[in-house]
Amino acid sequence: MAAPEGIPRLLAGLNGDGRALSLDEHVNQWGPPPASMSASFIDELDRSGLRGHGGAWFPVGAKWRSVRRSITKRPIIVANGAEGEPASGKDRLLVHQLPHLVLDGAVMAAGALGASRVIVHVPGSAIPTVESSIEERRRFGVDSVDIEVVEAPDRFLAGQESAAVNTINNRNSARPSFTGLTTVRDSGVGGRPTLVQNVESLAHVALIARFGADWFRREGTPESPGTALLTVTGRWAEPQIIEIPLGIPLGHALGLRQEDARGIQGVLLGGYGGGWLTAAAALDMPLTEDAARQYGSSIGAGVVALLPSGICPLSEVSRVVTYLEGQGAGQCGPCVNGLAGLDLVMEKLAFRPSSLHGGVSTIPGLCDLVEGRGACRHPDGVARFIRSALRVFADHVELHLSRGACRGNTAPMLPVPTRPQSSQSSPLRPVVR
Amino acid sequence: MKRTALTLIVDPIACDGHGVCAELLPERIRLDRWGFPIIEAGGIPVKLVDHARRAAESCPRLALSLVERPL
Ligand SMILES: Cc1cc2nc3c(=O)[nH]c(=O)nc-3n(C[C@H](O)[C@H](O)[C@H](O)COP(=O)(O)O)c2cc1C
Ligand code: SF4
Ligand code: SF4
Repeated sequence: MAAPEGIPRLLAGLNGDGRALSLDEHVNQWGPPPASMSASFIDELDRSGLRGHGGAWFPVGAKWRSVRRSITKRPIIVANGAEGEPASGKDRLLVHQLPHLVLDGAVMAAGALGASRVIVHVPGSAIPTVESSIEERRRFGVDSVDIEVVEAPDRFLAGQESAAVNTINNRNSARPSFTGLTTVRDSGVGGRPTLVQNVESLAHVALIARFGADWFRREGTPESPGTALLTVTGRWAEPQIIEIPLGIPLGHALGLRQEDARGIQGVLLGGYGGGWLTAAAALDMPLTEDAARQYGSSIGAGVVALLPSGICPLSEVSRVVTYLEGQGAGQCGPCVNGLAGLDLVMEKLAFRPSSLHGGVSTIPGLCDLVEGRGACRHPDGVARFIRSALRVFADHVELHLSRGACRGNTAPMLPVPTRPQSSQSSPLRPVVR
Repeated sequence: MKRTALTLIVDPIACDGHGVCAELLPERIRLDRWGFPIIEAGGIPVKLVDHARRAAESCPRLALSLVERPL
């Protein structure tokens, strides 16, 4: 099969009616997967420059190589489609509509690492689709490894690496472990070395295995090769998922020019563990993780939310922080105390600033006290979200402190689930550009 | 001051803020406003290694470890 050209790549297979691609349709689209996988495929992954799309952007080849080698304990592959981030929909799109691309990638990881089992970790809404796709593969005898499905709970932390492993081990569901001494790559599911990989990362793997690293690098930049899925909120009437080449300016990806910045109060990149940017800076920023970090943000799992004018940004920020505080696993002293403190000051700042004695001066110190001090990176994400908000919405902070809270529109814009998380059942509509 | 490649790391899930560690090794560990340890970054100086080991061994929650370098 000839290598496909241009973009979309991952989303090229979508059949437009929201149905999952059948195994037949999938093989027609991409050709059959390579008959066998060897460890040398990891070199190809290194050459491709693929990095993880679950949030941390860790190089995928290096991660596979770091899974402990053991003769007695074969590793386990976890395809992580938990997608706890409320503003993200791209992983749901993949598991609902392109399940075989994800399963191919997971089975290839199993082949390259000699794993004995693949576990697909997805929200309950995706289980019927994933199970019937696995059944299709079983019927045709496609895979030489067992694939199972485990339900990811509706929690922000469900997809955190060690939390996912704990859910699968049926212990401390969706709560992270301390991984400072050993990681899940040494001892994870059932005590075996475990690779936890985001489902979008695995979908890219499925295409790299077919078409090669050089093909992968034809899109994107030399430092940030390939494409990425973004979930975009606030640009079109409905949230949409787009596939873009890495490295293009965000404005270009969204079809917006610098003049359009005026109607946008701020851009949230990377979701609730990411960071706010001014619209002017965001529209020119090249979409790479390195650039985003330089701007005090992160591409994270590919969330982009535009905050239109007319909404009080500080009330948006406060609502999200309250949600994030409630989603903490309640296990680590600095996180439990620090997030409670941050939630309280952000709530005062948004809704009753006159009760905020000392202004916002206490906030950076509280952020310092949570960063790097939890078992997981949840508090670090909350701190980044808050620090960047204070920077980007500095004039609103001034106004709140001098004139009181906004009487304007405080209708919620950013999705904050109230349990049970109802949005999980409707996969966002994809847009292919 | 000669430094080693050893550092102390705390398991924040196990730690319950007893503060024993900060009493035994105030040179490297202070407590935050809630009583949880903040450990100075960087290698532990040679002359404090024994104290650091004692602090780790004395933690009632086994939350403190002396390691070659953090993962
Ligand atoms: C608070 C928090 C939440 C996370 N949620 C998810 C998630 O929902 N899905 C996901 O794939 N990774 C999530 N991650 C990242 C995972 O820990 C892990 O790095 C990732 O699944 C690895 O896959 P990747 O290397 O392909 O990105 C989360 C991390 C943190 C700190
Ligand atoms: S840092 Fe917070 S969210 Fe992460 S494990 Fe500890 S208490 Fe839970
Ligand atoms: S002695 Fe142990 S439990 Fe007590 S504060 Fe220090 S690390 Fe935490």
